[in-house]
Amino acid sequence: MRDVVIIGAGVTGSAVARELSKYDLDVCVLEKEEDVCCGTSKANSAIVHAGFDAKAGSLMAKLNVRGNEMMDELSKDLDIPFKRNGSLVVCIHEETKEGLKDLYNRGIENNVKGLKIIDKEELRKLEPNISDNAVAALYAPTGGIICPFELNIAMAENANENGVEFYFNTQVEKIYADEDGIYHIKTNNGEYKTRYVVNAAGVYADVIHNMVSEKKIKITPRRGDYCLLDKEVGGHVSHTIFPQPTALGKGVLVSPTIHGNLIVGPTAVDIEDKEGVNTMADGISDLISKANDHVKNLPMKKVITSFAGLRAHEDNHEFIIKEVEDSPNFIDCAGIESPGLTSSPAIGEMVGNIFKEKLNLKEKENWKKTRRGILNPSALSIEERNELIKKQPAYGNIICRCESISEGEIIDAIHRPLGARSLDGVKRRTRAGMGRCQAGFCSPKTMEIINRELGLSYEKITKCGGKSNIVLGRTKGEK
Amino acid sequence: MKAYDIVVIGGGPAGLAAAVSARKSGVKDILVLERDKELGGILNQCIHNGFGLHTFKEELTGPEYAYRFMEQLYEEKIPYKLNTMVMDISKDKIVTAMNREDGVFQIKAKAIILAMGCRERPKGALNIPGYRPAGIYSAGTAQRLVNIEGYMPGKEIVILGSGDIGLIMARRMTLEGAKVKVVAELMPYSGGLKRNIVQCLDDFNIPLKLSHTVVDIEGKERVEAVTIAKVDKTGKPIKGTEERYTCDTLLLSCGLIPENELSRNAGVEMNLVTNGPKVNESLETNIEGIFACGNVLHVHDLVDYVSEEAKKAGESAAKYVKDEQVESDESKTIEIVATDGVRYTVPSTLNVDRMEDMLTVRFRVGAVYKGKYVSVYLDGERIMHNKKKIMAPGEMEQVILIKNKLKEQDNLKTITVKIEEN
Repeated sequence: MRDVVIIGAGVTGSAVARELSKYDLDVCVLEKEEDVCCGTSKANSAIVHAGFDAKAGSLMAKLNVRGNEMMDELSKDLDIPFKRNGSLVVCIHEETKEGLKDLYNRGIENNVKGLKIIDKEELRKLEPNISDNAVAALYAPTGGIICPFELNIAMAENANENGVEFYFNTQVEKIYADEDGIYHIKTNNGEYKTRYVVNAAGVYADVIHNMVSEKKIKITPRRGDYCLLDKEVGGHVSHTIFPQPTALGKGVLVSPTIHGNLIVGPTAVDIEDKEGVNTMADGISDLISKANDHVKNLPMKKVITSFAGLRAHEDNHEFIIKEVEDSPNFIDCAGIESPGLTSSPAIGEMVGNIFKEKLNLKEKENWKKTRRGILNPSALSIEERNELIKKQPAYGNIICRCESISEGEIIDAIHRPLGARSLDGVKRRTRAGMGRCQAGFCSPKTMEIINRELGLSYEKITKCGGKSNIVLGRTKGEK
Repeated sequence: MKAYDIVVIGGGPAGLAAAVSARKSGVKDILVLERDKELGGILNQCIHNGFGLHTFKEELTGPEYAYRFMEQLYEEKIPYKLNTMVMDISKDKIVTAMNREDGVFQIKAKAIILAMGCRERPKGALNIPGYRPAGIYSAGTAQRLVNIEGYMPGKEIVILGSGDIGLIMARRMTLEGAKVKVVAELMPYSGGLKRNIVQCLDDFNIPLKLSHTVVDIEGKERVEAVTIAKVDKTGKPIKGTEERYTCDTLLLSCGLIPENELSRNAGVEMNLVTNGPKVNESLETNIEGIFACGNVLHVHDLVDYVSEEAKKAGESAAKYVKDEQVESDESKTIEIVATDGVRYTVPSTLNVDRMEDMLTVRFRVGAVYKGKYVSVYLDGERIMHNKKKIMAPGEMEQVILIKNKLKEQDNLKTITVKIEEN
């Protein structure tokens, strides 16, 4: 029997796993997909929000600001890139200028540091490509950018190195508590018994919650379409540019990404299908027109991919992080929509505190706070790089030409804790296939490496697990 | 730092022909850098025939065509490095490259020939609505999987785009037992060669739907169906014209993009139409001593023309290295203007003093023209007016300029190439 089972290996589940890995607990994570970071965590704006947007006094506001504060140390500990590039909420109508002041005041109440309202001259100095209609902006220097894949993967790896087990392709079908209050979790891969459950199931958090509670909740998948642009135009803006927020959210942003692309999105459409990540033609065109309202000369011809993600929207637009009233020892982390990525480390911390109150937690003596990231050879000097290649020649063999990713990095991604088993797994860990040719050239080469390193036949190699096989058999001559 | 007279970036058809021609023009010290594990470039996966009709007057497969040039490279004992990725080219012609054996190394080159080829326009750039499951490949990736790796990317296929690789793959997949259900092309004309439409689609009864595009991709893990629809004149799908095809694979053949990231970083000026470098009559870019040829310069229809162009680039680089470039004044540079249906020309400038007796100017047209004229003007004076049965965007066209004729024209400023009704 386990002490804690966490359902979901997204950014929330992984943050909770890492937090709980500090203590002498038997913890495991169940994930229905083949890898960590396969749901909401993989398709979002990749932003570390400053925290001025959430309602004052809300849990969202508190955890956003706390998560933001934690990010510098966390990114160092986990060896992942993070940059405070600053956010700008841009006002393009004289008549809505007052709104900026409201946002500023909310930010102050939320304890966001360094906020300031700037006029159009200053704005234009900061961002030469800002729309000519811009009249003023709220500047938040603590806003930042991060890679959601790396944050999620790094927290999970670190948790795993500290003893948390992850079970993939494991979908929860039914949960019940027996007379001793022990939870039985039935999955497609057998039953797990545990004293505590953490529900971090993203858009499915309502389904999981409703398995054990009469007080039903509803999570609506809110789809957002995005476009990602070539690194060639990654410098079109240097800050994260937001419109003024509306009832549906923070609106369409334009931002550099931590790896130097430009991201534009998201739209916001409430849907029913919890797997409905299909992009929409009108969504993309809507996106482009909205982004153009705030940033001029957007080079939309440089789009290298478009995709859609789902936010786990709860009816009250608030995080639900607490023990379920009618189901003791079952802790929800539900409604984790934006600013969920930013808040994730703070959510982990908060869940840790819930456990501290319930249990007499004993800290592990040998808890490893840091995790070694996948080496980035392009950050090395030529001499260092040559030393590395001498020892491990695979680092001299470039596989993904667009992102300059070597065979050495891909081998590392496969063999590290919770290593990659699919093309997307390799992509999210190394960026191989993420560049302008979108895996056209490197897919066959990456397949060759996966085949060799994991002994997985070509026919069994998938894009992202399940039935997402890349090839469907041999050619006539090879049969 | 090692030094070479000429470094050729890329060992495909362009790089091979350029290296051989530079050697034949008297340059000893040449190095070819190739990122793949073999010379020959993309031709290695083009196992169909039809290559070399112009160059060798016989029908060769892609690998056979490439081998003809590889043999010449071996004969000339021109050194080359395989599995070697060029990371950077600097303005002062220092090439930084990397491979397993040498690690990261730098080479000072007197001249550089850019011959990196092109890549396929990826699905992302097309903003196709729908899911992003497995089973969506660019035609070239599918071609590699089938012809090099020996695996079938799918069994029931829809193809978007009628570029040559897509057409070739329609036939190839059919021969391998797959069912190619339809080829949809956004434009009202095909982007490929007429002969490929006949031999790869018509001969196999594969329908080509012009003015159609993909409006939905179904399937969360693997492609399950693709819906296409007719588009209006602006390229927008027309409601009510949707047709749904169940399939497991969507192949994309929607254009090729010259791979010029290295060139751009070096400061090479680009032609916005071709996405390749701007070059003069010697195929020299704005940076002295950097030349370009093949698909990195502009996307070709036939490899024979790549070889011809590369030969010229090799000769020009040799002249530059040997300091045999004809002295001439920059002010004598004449612009070649592409207009009225002519999308671009390569080269886009020329210097009469430096040109050979004859100069081939290649171009593509922007639409299908039947029974129209290709005209060349020297400033205001029309010196060429050739009626063409048909011209189409999928096929390259050319005009030949005669040095003596240009010399006769006093104070020549611009040469204009255009399509005329009559």
